Amino acid sequence: MTRPIAMLLAALALALPLSLLAGRVWIDPTAPLGPEASLILAELRLPRAVLAVLLGAGLGASGAAMQGYLRNPLADPGLFGIAPGAALGAVLSFWTGWASTGWALSAFALLGAAGAMLLLTLIAGRQGGVVLFTLAGMMIASLAGALMSLAISLSPTPFAMSEIVTWLMGALTDRSWREVWIAAPLTLAGIAVLQMAGRGLDALTLGEAAARSLGLDPRRLQVLLVLGVGLTVGGGVAVAGIIGFVGLMVPHFVRPFTDGRPSRLILPSALAGALLVLVADCLCRVLPLAGGELRLGIALSLLGAPFFLHLLLRLRRELV
Amino acid sequence: MLAAEALVLPGRLRGVALNLRAGEVTAICGPNGAGKSSLLSCLAGLLAPASGAVTLDAASLSGMHPEARARALGYLPQTPEVAWDVSVTTLAGLGRLPWRTSAAEDAAAVEAALMALDLPTFADRPVSQLSGGERARALLARVLAGTPRWLLADEPLANLDLAHQLALLGHLRACAGQGMGVVLVLHDLALAMNHADRVVVLEQGTLAADGPPELALAEPVLEQVWGVTTRWLGEPGARALAV
Repeated sequence: MTRPIAMLLAALALALPLSLLAGRVWIDPTAPLGPEASLILAELRLPRAVLAVLLGAGLGASGAAMQGYLRNPLADPGLFGIAPGAALGAVLSFWTGWASTGWALSAFALLGAAGAMLLLTLIAGRQGGVVLFTLAGMMIASLAGALMSLAISLSPTPFAMSEIVTWLMGALTDRSWREVWIAAPLTLAGIAVLQMAGRGLDALTLGEAAARSLGLDPRRLQVLLVLGVGLTVGGGVAVAGIIGFVGLMVPHFVRPFTDGRPSRLILPSALAGALLVLVADCLCRVLPLAGGELRLGIALSLLGAPFFLHLLLRLRRELV
Repeated sequence: MLAAEALVLPGRLRGVALNLRAGEVTAICGPNGAGKSSLLSCLAGLLAPASGAVTLDAASLSGMHPEARARALGYLPQTPEVAWDVSVTTLAGLGRLPWRTSAAEDAAAVEAALMALDLPTFADRPVSQLSGGERARALLARVLAGTPRWLLADEPLANLDLAHQLALLGHLRACAGQGMGVVLVLHDLALAMNHADRVVVLEQGTLAADGPPELALAEPVLEQVWGVTTRWLGEPGARALAV
């Protein structure tokens, strides 16, 4: 186990129990647990914390893989169009009224993610060029965005419109173990797939031609990326809505502590992503805000946008 | 032996046939657009010809597993890229990717490559902090760490000053001395004349000359292919081209 992984695991081991105590109702760890506190812990805080860890881990790992694949420190999992595809699926479940029935919302979102993955693979074709692939992802993202806007503007009821808009902001409020069971297998499988892509991502450090001369199969790498990002991001959007910027920010925090190879970044980014989302969600719960809780998606965007600007300014300085 | 049989790439190569021998430094020369980089990419197995074939020791390159091909043929592209600011050791270690060997074996191969290119003092230095000459050597170390039997480099001397060009050519000559086949795309005809064992001249996708430098780069060939009247000055091994 490398040092960054050990340190991040230790930080998570510390943050997870602490996060269970924080919220509108603070739980005193020194006092005996009453029935109300037990219920809050078991049915609200614990699934929410586990979901934050899963969501952050998936976004962190896919961000690291995306930056490695595109060889660009500004890349984000959203670029592939899979998150907007999943969001479109979820929006359609609200639009059709299915969202209120059991697993339908998540199922619709996963179908949306799968549709985006399929479309991406079909458009990119057999050659597996990174540029074509990225452009295909951007096209899918903007198509999904346009269709979501259309669905919102044609909402059958004002209530459905409000539900869609609120859900798109991304949050972990009122999530249960059901969402955990949806996200856990998808996220863990996705991270495992992305880890399998590590050698190919390392080779791509040298550019496409040199990577192919090192035995890289670009098509296989592309399939692994689509599958890995699809499972992690699709699973995340299916249970929490759109949570941006985690995949962009986290690899930057972790990269200085690794040797710089993309393969060495995936697991630490997963752990750092888990830590970031866990802490951010905790802060969302405890921030005194009139009108309810700050949405996690908004909080992370408020953090992420200045960070993105900082990255841009740093790149501009390096280019001068 | 690395052989090309009647290679055709529409618009780029028109029936090029070659037999390259290990232990030699072969320079591929020609005017812009003659097909030099395309030929090198075909020889490296990165471009599939429309017709014809490339064979390595009589085995077709297209039939080889990509990693087996990568272990045999080291390729240095025209504009080498290093996307992340890794150390020289990590960069060289990327050359071990096709091998899937133990960490100890990889470390030994990387160390040997860094030694061969006088890079041990730079081992931990990030690539961004290297000079042009050091960077060129580090990129070559990446290829050598893969212990290929053939080294195919596309204009490896571009953007290097004269001293660094000569130093890098010295390293490439040492590789050939150890039995490696070295194939270089070169624009500088004087460097090809003085440092190659064999020169292949391409003109509009066809083979215009192939042989020892004195014959392949003879003045009439230069006039025919480049359309420039020239004269070689000096002694063999230290010739200069007067235009």
